[in-house]
Amino acid sequence: MRIGSIELTPARRTTLMRSDAVQRLLAFAALIVIVVIFSLLSPNFLQFDNVVGILLATAVNGILALGVTFVIISGSIDLSIGTVMTLSSVMTAVFITEWHMPVPVGILAGVATGALAGLVNGTLVAKLKIPSFIATLGMLNVAKGLALVVSGLKPIYFNDTPEFNRAAMGSVVGGVIPGLDIPNLVLVLFGCALVAGLILTTTVLGRFTFAMGSNEEAARLSGVNVDAWKMAVFALAGVFSGIAGVLIGARLNSAQPSLGQGYELDAIAAAVIGGTSLSGGEGSILGTVIGAFIISTLTNGLRILSVPQEWQTVVTGGIVIIAVYLDIVRRRQQQ
Amino acid sequence: MPGAVGDLLVEMDGISKDFPGVHALKECRFDLHRGEVHALVGENGAGKSTLMKILAGVYRRDAGRIRLNGVDVEIPTPRAAQLLGVSIIHQELSLMPNLTAAQNIFIGREPRRRLPFLLDEHALNENARRLFEGLHIKIEPETKVAKLAVAQQQMVEIAKALSHRAEVVIMDEPTAALTETEIDELFRIIRKLRDDGVGVVHISHRLEELKRISDRVTVMRDGQYVATVDTKDATIDQIIRMMVGRTIYEAAPEIPEVVDPNVVLEVQGLSRGRAVRNVSFSLRRGEILGFAGLVGAGRTEVARAVFGADRPDTADIRVHGKAARINSPGDAVRQGIGYLSEDRKRYGLALGMDVEANIVLATLRKFLRSFGRVDVRRTHAAAQQLVERLAIKTPSLRQKVRNLSGGTQQKVVVAKWLTANTEILIFDEPTRGIDVGAKSEIYHLLNELAHQGKAIIMISSELPEILRMSHRIVVMCEGRITGELSGRDATQEQIMTYATMRPPVAKAS
Ligand SMILES: Nc1ncnc2c1ncn2[C@@H]1O[C@H](COP(=O)(O)OP(=O)(O)OP(=O)(O)O)[C@@H](O)[C@H]1O
Ligand SMILES: [Mg+2]
Repeated sequence: MRIGSIELTPARRTTLMRSDAVQRLLAFAALIVIVVIFSLLSPNFLQFDNVVGILLATAVNGILALGVTFVIISGSIDLSIGTVMTLSSVMTAVFITEWHMPVPVGILAGVATGALAGLVNGTLVAKLKIPSFIATLGMLNVAKGLALVVSGLKPIYFNDTPEFNRAAMGSVVGGVIPGLDIPNLVLVLFGCALVAGLILTTTVLGRFTFAMGSNEEAARLSGVNVDAWKMAVFALAGVFSGIAGVLIGARLNSAQPSLGQGYELDAIAAAVIGGTSLSGGEGSILGTVIGAFIISTLTNGLRILSVPQEWQTVVTGGIVIIAVYLDIVRRRQQQ
Repeated sequence: MPGAVGDLLVEMDGISKDFPGVHALKECRFDLHRGEVHALVGENGAGKSTLMKILAGVYRRDAGRIRLNGVDVEIPTPRAAQLLGVSIIHQELSLMPNLTAAQNIFIGREPRRRLPFLLDEHALNENARRLFEGLHIKIEPETKVAKLAVAQQQMVEIAKALSHRAEVVIMDEPTAALTETEIDELFRIIRKLRDDGVGVVHISHRLEELKRISDRVTVMRDGQYVATVDTKDATIDQIIRMMVGRTIYEAAPEIPEVVDPNVVLEVQGLSRGRAVRNVSFSLRRGEILGFAGLVGAGRTEVARAVFGADRPDTADIRVHGKAARINSPGDAVRQGIGYLSEDRKRYGLALGMDVEANIVLATLRKFLRSFGRVDVRRTHAAAQQLVERLAIKTPSLRQKVRNLSGGTQQKVVVAKWLTANTEILIFDEPTRGIDVGAKSEIYHLLNELAHQGKAIIMISSELPEILRMSHRIVVMCEGRITGELSGRDATQEQIMTYATMRPPVAKAS
């Protein structure tokens, strides 16, 4: 054709196809290495009970991370997911234990609480143009305070509804394959991850999430209703926080109003380790799930090796920095 | 029938628009017929983009009325404009780099599956492929836009605007980033649109294009309507006079006879991947060395490598005969090398900062008082002087660069490097998107700088500009230097021959 200079060389294409997968592969390799190292250092690490412990720890953080992955790809941040999770679990407990509603209604109430909080975040960011860092920092405190107020500062137990805890900690898988008692909670994580992955890659919402994070002004000029979709993204993150709240309530058989702060950082770390770019426009659900596993595996392994809590924190912090650095190096090489 | 003008498609009348501190438009008017190419010209900051953005739903007008097909309309959003059949290619590239070409083109209008919230990625790519084929554009729909060269991105923008099947297509300086061949292709597309009855608005500073493509020309000055003329009845000179309200002295090439024999910059065996292959050249004091070639020939890559922005595979760079280690732009600046990027938005400007801050950004060190405090009085004076010297059109030094017109932004970049007082200046497409008046000012400036003994590399895709300005011309093709010509007796044909001199392998295509 006449436009000789507008041609795409095959070489470019192959690097392109590699680029996205690399970070995920890297993260996955890191996860394997971590598992191998810990299993060599401690015979207890690969015990079934311990693996279940890791899975349980991943479930809550992983689901939070799913939500925040959307927000980060869209070019914003959500710091409120941890305490919104807490508020959701408190609302579930209030519905079930104090108002004696059926368990499914309580679950719905928890998820709806999360969604509502997310919607408020979205409104603050999209409509009032408050930077997401500030808006969600505010929401972090609002949700934290509300959880304490609503619960009267005390944990609320699900004592009248043992089936709630049983549903989460029981094992459908164990029923089918005896001995493989993986708690249902873990299945919820994988279910949520699947849904999140589909939303991100095959739906309009997913496409606009990338579009906004990639160049918000261009998306707006292309006729995309950026404000509405931004609100949708925050609401979705809220829904995931709500689900996480229900799960953590079921797992602990109680709503703990003072828990939650700090969870957002682990979730953001999981997303970033999995290759989600804090500058927006890039990321994947698979990466985030692997990232969440890396964090919980590390924490678990260090605990088994009796590394003090404070050092565990130092290590996870270091891992995040290394992950981000590797991501930057990778991108520079692609240039 | 080409050139035949159909019924009135767009009428804009009494359009006014104010921005803080700026009357961008004052009772401006414009009309567009079915099946015509209507050129819109005016100096930088005349209000061309603003007027068209109002038609495209980006800005709301303060006053006036818009009629489409004889009906009064409101165009509150870009979406509304699309629905009314108006599509626009923005002056500044507005693509989403992390999305693929196909995803960019159909953003907001993705083909859906049976469930309407699910995307049909296959159909999306197929649609884009067909669109590209129809336009003879060779881009893989699945390529991320970030991976495309500027000219390719521009083609994606064009494809995007055309994919709307709009009745009105506005092109805001679509040719600024394209080479001659690509412009030919674009004009072929525009003529086809016109023949199909589409009304095309064409904004350009390359006035010689007007004769080739437009049926009518509307001239704007200072936010006001000046005149509309049939292109065939007007000469370029008349149009220029209407644009600037005065006669511009178009200087003949004033290439001095002898150039100082002192070589200031010598580059030997510079290579970087496939983009730059074994490039060697030298630059003398007081010389303007033109780099010609098609977009993508590797000229910018050479400049970036010399400037330390990219690390070359192999290179032997000497400044004043001494081997220079340039590993970063900072090193380059210390060696007295300045680089004016072609992509001012990405590399040249801090858009959120004001004019003054941008002008003194690279040289802040020179404006310091004790304890690292910035001497505001001196930065102010320096910036003011440059704003006057380059006729930078801004309401004040405090205006954010983001709010300046495209060409004015380019002048700010030039101003920035002029404060740096570097000895070697690399200008990468220095007049892209700049109006005739400012262009001749910049030419004048280049000559003056050379006269003062600075050594200048000028990369340009505009052949007349290269021919007019350069003492020597280096021509590149596919990463190699394929020829060197003396600026005195070079011709466009010679340059094009060298610029398309591909290595034998590629010749088959
Ligand atoms: N968003 C904005 N905020 C403030 N001022 C603006 C804004 N957009 C444009 N202007 C100002 O309005 C005037 C007209 O700008 P416009 O971009 O329409 O010029 P133009 O004719 O397209 O120029 P160019 O040829 O350089 O692209 C300029 O003075 C510019 O600085
Ligand atoms: Mg403009």
